[in-house]
Amino acid sequence: MAQRTVAVGSQVGLHARPAKLFAQAAAASGLPVRIARAGGPDVDASSILRVMALGVKQGEEVTLTAEGDGADDALDSLVALLAADLDAVGQA
Amino acid sequence: MSTAAASRRLHGAGVGRGAVVGPVARAHPAPAAAADRPAPPDLAEARAAADEALTAVGVALEARAAQSRGTIADVLGATALMAQDTELRDLVRAGIAAGAHPVVAVDRAVAEFVELFTAAGGYLAERVTDLRSVRDRVVARLDGLPEPGVPALDRPSVVVAHDLAPADTAALDLDQVLAIVLEKGGPTGHTAIIAGQLGIPCVVGVSGASALEDGTEVAVDAAAGTVLVAPDDDVRARVAGRRTALADLARATAPGACADGHPVALLANVGTAEDAERLTAAAVEGVGLFRTEVLFLGRGTAPTADEQADVYARALAALGGRKVVVRTLDAGADKPLAFATRRGEENPALGVRGFRLVRTAEDLLRTQLAALGEAARRTGADPWVMAPMVATVDEAAQFAGLARAAGIRHVGVMVEVPSAALRAGDLLAEVDFVSLGTNDLAQYTMATDRLRGELVDLLDPWQPAVLDLVALTARAGEDADKPVGVCGESAADPVMALVLAGLGVRSLSMAPAAVPAVRFALARHTRGTCQQIARAALGARTAEQARAACLALVEDQVREVLALG
Repeated sequence: MAQRTVAVGSQVGLHARPAKLFAQAAAASGLPVRIARAGGPDVDASSILRVMALGVKQGEEVTLTAEGDGADDALDSLVALLAADLDAVGQA
Repeated sequence: MSTAAASRRLHGAGVGRGAVVGPVARAHPAPAAAADRPAPPDLAEARAAADEALTAVGVALEARAAQSRGTIADVLGATALMAQDTELRDLVRAGIAAGAHPVVAVDRAVAEFVELFTAAGGYLAERVTDLRSVRDRVVARLDGLPEPGVPALDRPSVVVAHDLAPADTAALDLDQVLAIVLEKGGPTGHTAIIAGQLGIPCVVGVSGASALEDGTEVAVDAAAGTVLVAPDDDVRARVAGRRTALADLARATAPGACADGHPVALLANVGTAEDAERLTAAAVEGVGLFRTEVLFLGRGTAPTADEQADVYARALAALGGRKVVVRTLDAGADKPLAFATRRGEENPALGVRGFRLVRTAEDLLRTQLAALGEAARRTGADPWVMAPMVATVDEAAQFAGLARAAGIRHVGVMVEVPSAALRAGDLLAEVDFVSLGTNDLAQYTMATDRLRGELVDLLDPWQPAVLDLVALTARAGEDADKPVGVCGESAADPVMALVLAGLGVRSLSMAPAAVPAVRFALARHTRGTCQQIARAALGARTAEQARAACLALVEDQVREVLALG
């Protein structure tokens, strides 16, 4: 099982636009990816509702886990996504 | 005689002076939840229907997101993904498997996430609106009802609804809204006020509006309060003519004054920093009413002092040294706050609202006043700050103490309660200015709920008893040599504006869109004529007679251009 821990980079935390981009990317990986706050239960990372309900703020660490072929690569790209300021992506 | 279809005319109360012709775009109410629906006979069929509805709503929201820009596109995109969420779908399926009707299963599944989001508070609590809109859309689709809420407007349209919540109005794509027509509501309801503020012709309390169909051409005349179905060429030409004449008035920029030069400041009512920023180039002498509650509405927790100070500083900076009158939080009654107002008051309009919140949540007011003081320091501006719903001298003194302690130099109170008008002289001994809120003053003088459309005649600001209280307040201001302003919608009525000027009111604050007509009316009458008009108003026995007596003294050209009747 692959596992990564990363601090969320988005200014507003893992809400609205960042949560949408992350949940979409998790679903697109085709693997069962889970996400958890430190010490909290893990939830389905492809569910925008579960991801938003975690209420993760900027700078807070989350742990991603995944199993299956390519799990390490998939988590690496998801970690990069979480570390970036997704609010700024695509905005002038 | 023309056909019935071609001549159908609906009547209501108009807001604003504008007139426009355009196609109807219906906005539909949220479908009601019914927990007692029977279990579906065929579980597989019920599950397929729920799956289809969730997917279809997600796809439709995605399409709307693709047509939108900026924040709206982001919110719609996230909402689309919520509708297609696998966990939501699993919850709905589990509900159906346990014997729930699909509508009930959707209602419960969404409610579960609403609870999670609400409990988290802050930003997440605000997103509850998006979850509810997913629920409303899916339920409507399952029941074969039209898509609820304000439709995506693909061309300039007349938005027609049974009623619009302030949140619906806020979601309107204003560039595409020609006019708003509501079956329900009164002219002082909040949608009407917002429409008036934006210069969108609005007719409310229109019996039969809900039967208008999408795409039907209608002529909306806010000055006359009418909606004409299928207008002929003659009506279209007259509407076009009025629009041209009003556009001419809109280009005048002189400060407000009577024909003899007696100044009457023309100010704007605003609700947000964005509204204030739109005034940067506008021909108004400042802001006479900054309704700060917009900053607080629809939130799970109060905005912080920093967040408030940023907004106030933006508004003050936008006006660049012009006068800005800020009203402290006016929550309660029809503007409930999750974190401050009490639920279950039997008479919320007579309950803990406006300044009275200080009794239960003094920190809210202290934080707001501190934020205003900070915004003043940051911008170098000198805001005037007033409290709503003050009824006694003690309340005025308490507010003045709190505001001055926060560094506010011009402190005032609203006169909206008859007791405040009757003792305006005593209030003015405690504060530097007063501002008449004529909508609430009429509500409380006439014991008539502002939100009851069918009682609109009793809410008429021309009611002699209301005029008496306005006159009393204005006289108290003259005696104390302290400014009395009016920031209710009656300041936007050009004939009433002449009465108010005649009574000695020094500033009139209204929707920016109403300023040109009032500027024009004032400039065509001397202060002496205004005083004569005011005497005619006070001498009348009924609201109708008061307006008629005043109108008879108004100059002909003003009557004609402004369609005053």
